[in-house]
Amino acid sequence: MNMQLPLRSGLRRGNCAKAVAWRTPGLERKVGALGEEKQNLDAARINSLMSAVGKSRDIDSFEILYRHFCPRVRSYMVRLTRGNRILAEELTQETMMRVWNKAALFDSSKAQASTWIFAIARNQMIDAARKGAHPEFDINDPAFVPDEMEAADVKIQRQQNAQELHNAMLTLKQKYVEVLRMSFFDGLTHTMIAEKLNLPLGTVKSRIRLACEKLRMAIQDDAK
Amino acid sequence: MIEHHLDDDMLLHYSAGTLAEGWSVAVATHLALCPLCRANLAMLENVGGYFLESEDAGEDDVTASWQSLRAKIEAGEIEKVVPIKKHTAANNIYPEPLRSYIERAGGLRWRRLGRGAAQMIIPTDDNTTTVRLLKIPAGQPVPEHSHDGSELTLVLDGSFSDEVSTFARGDVEMADGDLMHQPRASAGKDCICIAVTDAPLRFKSRFVRWLQPLLGI
Repeated sequence: MNMQLPLRSGLRRGNCAKAVAWRTPGLERKVGALGEEKQNLDAARINSLMSAVGKSRDIDSFEILYRHFCPRVRSYMVRLTRGNRILAEELTQETMMRVWNKAALFDSSKAQASTWIFAIARNQMIDAARKGAHPEFDINDPAFVPDEMEAADVKIQRQQNAQELHNAMLTLKQKYVEVLRMSFFDGLTHTMIAEKLNLPLGTVKSRIRLACEKLRMAIQDDAK
Repeated sequence: MIEHHLDDDMLLHYSAGTLAEGWSVAVATHLALCPLCRANLAMLENVGGYFLESEDAGEDDVTASWQSLRAKIEAGEIEKVVPIKKHTAANNIYPEPLRSYIERAGGLRWRRLGRGAAQMIIPTDDNTTTVRLLKIPAGQPVPEHSHDGSELTLVLDGSFSDEVSTFARGDVEMADGDLMHQPRASAGKDCICIAVTDAPLRFKSRFVRWLQPLLGI
């Protein structure tokens, strides 16, 4: 399961693992050269650019988004295709096209743009990797049971808050980040994770559960 | 009120895109019924967004690929409208995405399993799992069985009880090789479930085992 990444990326990843733009939104934009500015857009700016693309098909706003997300989506695709750069590039372009096409469906009150684009990239990957699609629920379906927005659901809303989640990720122990990262960014099943870490399957499953539990707790503490 | 939810483990793999299609059909159908698990899913998808955002952007120049995409957009090669699926008032027992799977299979067609029970195999492109609808008549047991692999059962109508608990609409039961159970549909209403398995069930009764190939279970 070795990934055929160029050495440069492998080295850089270690240094950059913690350099996330979310911790102090806005601040990083002042750091570094002009090129850096485009790469460290904060969440609020990204959401407003997404709205501009969705509502008025603003291609200049889309270019800023493209320059921010395209390299990240590409890096995700390179890893999931096990280093197949040609396929990865194709999937990246298709993902960014879908972002343009579907921008009107993006709702910043429901999701953060990075999460929404992640889901599009993931579905693109699933389409390419297997015949079966990614079956999804449909909120317009008459049998769909909607969220009840009552006091008890405040907790649920907190769980949906991307900003708090991003903060919580930074406090999570490395062994928990590791299993989450291997699921999302190496595309491994829990069985494959167990093999790779040389751990019993049960340990991997409980580590995943604990990781989720700790994130939920951190989000709730954060909101107090 | 749903009491038995999806494991974090399964939701994680669903949100990461690593869960096989068969399991995903049942997971997504449960999600349609369960705001709590949707909140957990939203959290996990935010983890995906976090990893995407923290991904090393590298120094690759994207100008060339941007210009080519921009040209396509301006030439109108990319369709601008995403069609939204229209729903007709349908049988609300089967939420999406399950309903579409049933429709693609040519609609509901129950095959009798004996003693009033019936099943319908739901075709998917996933050859690692079997997805089926099961209908157990009110008050009747499913033959006692355990599993070589795993079994996920999601109740869509009526309810059933086994050694573990009672399961009603929206509830999920995960079972593996350790669990020998005998689910029994509650009195008053037939119980309809979606069941996903990754290995044949192991029935306790030699007679039922002998019948398995005939029953297709």
